[in-house]
Amino acid sequence: MTRDRYSRFRKFHQAKWDEELIFELSVPGERGVLPPLAEPEIENEVGDGVSVLGNLKRKKAPALPEVNQMRVNRHYLRLSQETLGTDVTIDISQGTCTMKYSPKVQEHLVARDPNLICVHPLQDPNTMQGLLYIYYQVEKFLREISGLDYFSFQPGGGAHAVYSNASIIRAYHQSRGDTKRDEMITTMFSHPCDAATPNTAGFKVITLMPDENGFPPLDAFKAALSERTAGIMITNPEDTGIYNPRIKEYVDAAHAVGALCSYDQANANAFLGIARAKEAGFDMCHFNLHKTFSAPHGCMGPALGAQGVKKELKKFLPVPRVEFDGSRYYLDYNAPESIGKVKQFLGNSAIVVRTYMWIMQLGNEGLKEAAKISVLNNNYMMKKIKEIPGVVMYYDFGIGKNRLEQVRWSWEKLKEDTGFGTDDVNQRISDFGIQHYWTSHHPWIVPEPFTPEPCESYNKDDLDEWIGALQEISRECYEEPETIKGAPHSGPVHRVKHPAINEEQLIAVTWRQYKKRKNIE
Amino acid sequence: MKKVGVIINPIAGMGGRVGLKGSDGLETLQKARELGAKPEASQRSIEALKVLAEIKDELEIITYPQEMGEEAVRKAGFEPTVIGSIKSGFTSAEDTIQAAREMLKRDVDLLLFAGGDGTARNIYTAIGTSIPVLGIPAGVKIHSAVYAVNPRSAGEAAKLYLQDKVVNIREAEVMDIDEEAFREGRVSATLYGYLKVPELKRFVQSVKSGTRSEKAEILAIAEQVVASMEDNVYYVIGPGTTTRSIMERLELPNTLLGVDIVLNKQLVANDVTEETLYQKLQGQKGKIVLTAIGGQGHILGRGNQQISPRVIRAVGKENIIVIASKDKLASIQPMPLLVDTGDPELDQELSGYIRVITGWQDSVIYRVSS
Repeated sequence: MTRDRYSRFRKFHQAKWDEELIFELSVPGERGVLPPLAEPEIENEVGDGVSVLGNLKRKKAPALPEVNQMRVNRHYLRLSQETLGTDVTIDISQGTCTMKYSPKVQEHLVARDPNLICVHPLQDPNTMQGLLYIYYQVEKFLREISGLDYFSFQPGGGAHAVYSNASIIRAYHQSRGDTKRDEMITTMFSHPCDAATPNTAGFKVITLMPDENGFPPLDAFKAALSERTAGIMITNPEDTGIYNPRIKEYVDAAHAVGALCSYDQANANAFLGIARAKEAGFDMCHFNLHKTFSAPHGCMGPALGAQGVKKELKKFLPVPRVEFDGSRYYLDYNAPESIGKVKQFLGNSAIVVRTYMWIMQLGNEGLKEAAKISVLNNNYMMKKIKEIPGVVMYYDFGIGKNRLEQVRWSWEKLKEDTGFGTDDVNQRISDFGIQHYWTSHHPWIVPEPFTPEPCESYNKDDLDEWIGALQEISRECYEEPETIKGAPHSGPVHRVKHPAINEEQLIAVTWRQYKKRKNIE
Repeated sequence: MKKVGVIINPIAGMGGRVGLKGSDGLETLQKARELGAKPEASQRSIEALKVLAEIKDELEIITYPQEMGEEAVRKAGFEPTVIGSIKSGFTSAEDTIQAAREMLKRDVDLLLFAGGDGTARNIYTAIGTSIPVLGIPAGVKIHSAVYAVNPRSAGEAAKLYLQDKVVNIREAEVMDIDEEAFREGRVSATLYGYLKVPELKRFVQSVKSGTRSEKAEILAIAEQVVASMEDNVYYVIGPGTTTRSIMERLELPNTLLGVDIVLNKQLVANDVTEETLYQKLQGQKGKIVLTAIGGQGHILGRGNQQISPRVIRAVGKENIIVIASKDKLASIQPMPLLVDTGDPELDQELSGYIRVITGWQDSVIYRVSS
């Protein structure tokens, strides 16, 4: 059997296993692996390995499930079949996440190459020159791509990098004896961490609302600037997929009051190799290597937010940094004004290695082509999705008409016509073998939103299948409401009530809590 | 078994079809009938009730006779308990109020009503915030946030609530515009009060946003305002649920629709008049805390006329603090916040960009316009 020749739909049905929780599979005494006891000569040498713990030794054995190896393996394989992982689905749905394909050679090497996986973080840097070389090279690549001067690969994610940039902004002003600056400015359609992390870092955050064209108004921005402004943290193109062509005016106005400008380039697919932070005037930026540079993204990590700065700010970057003395690569901890350590050891080195491989595979022209194809794919989808009944495109006029790598769409009309909104469509989409989509960050400025992002990885057939599913769901909303109401029909679980997720008394996040809810022993 | 009250304003919506911008007042209604308007509220109610009929064994329906509920309820497949009496063909706002009061007495778990803004006002007059309600949109004017987006959504929302799948309740605005003015082309909306509705944003009208943490945000706003309160300054707390959170944070009695005064975190007076307010502020330093009306944007001139031009001038423009959740601002944008103090010169002075407090150390730059 293959897909329907005309509609291109597949008869998809996901596995359903009715699998118990791992705790429920526990049989007292059952073991997966029995480590052998130490030989007497080893015990003589190092002791029993337990008494050294002293008071740290726990009084009771941990309450872990006791399950044999084969059963554990079967358990997790079954669970994996009940998910729509990125390798089986057309992963266009998770806009702003840039779910591009990570070539399997990369995955294979970082998982299996002994020169990578056997490196111990505490071994002498002279014995891991290869890995440090890769760090050094990737920093050179990112300098070229951003126009900025130095990078740190320490932050373990995008928001972590933004937080570290906010910390550098504070360190910069303090180093100049300027202690009054406690305000940070961002925009509503920037990534939420551009507001949340400076707030966590102690700044007062001021957010700009979009105007009727979807842009943060320049006059509002100027009204927010003052001698108290420490910096601006801004995403461009914003989550709407709209690029702000006047960005340099914002940056110049911020510089005029003495503020620093940080460019959130978590997702750089729209301009990779085409536009740079430096030319837009920014002092700092960050790239999510797990988005734009192909390292897999999902399950919340491992991730890496590469944080870049102009040379004047180098001294504030986290430690250690990989440096080269002409013959050896070494780890430099000597930075008294640094914001310090933000992550253990070298950070998530496997991500840096994947980035290196990906850039080396694509080359200079390949990076530009990746950006161009992402924008082309998105514009192809844009034309088709716009024609789907019930879909509304916000800010669909004037300059905002051109979108780059993604679009924030709205099912506002569908909701008015049929009562079905974005959550209902999202419940149904998995019946087509497609991962549910990303709606929007909060608050929903665009009502009933959804935000797909095709990246450069998907071909026309993939795009058509994804769009086709959306078309079909729209038709069902208008003509077969019953199909939508009960969806999903082909998944391992049926509709999960949204409100239930928010009601603490209904959820269980630990085995102990679960037993309480279910009245088990 | 859950008890559901059903009230239909049978004439709701009749003015709209014939271009009369409302159906309030006997004369208008007469005119609407002459123009050939047909009642539609009943049909829209049946649509909603049919969804509810999916769980009819779990429900007892209490309703008013004939076109005020009974007919639609039966058509949807229920056997209702019918109470009260009406003069068929000649129902009025009084009947709606009377019906709602009787349903309150019978302890209904949810009051489902069909109508428009006028009907919502009548329900508010009768029961206030005593029991949860939900509106089936059938009127010409739907500015109140108590209505579902369409009849079917009303049914779905009521069903979820009655099955205990939604347990939270929020207070939603009852708004109405002056129909006379509206017919002359002017829009002048007023906040009349609040009704309790199930917190199910995707079903309830006029909410553009999807945040599920608005309550936490409002707590953070209250925390911010209270933390920055200065000693020996009179704080004038305007009406609204957002501003009320400040009084709740201070554990002070408050008036939801009135203006309260606080000094050194202690209550000075509740529900003050314009005159009292003005006298209290004489020669004193004061600050005014306001919020915006959701979906609509007024911060001055709707529901807070006590805060008059002379009061504002006494306090000074720079001492106005505006607070609102980002959800609320999302429901207003891209329209500006509005001021209508009755003094055009002052309105002009108040226009421009202001910082709206939206959380702890968190604000949004927003445009104010007259």
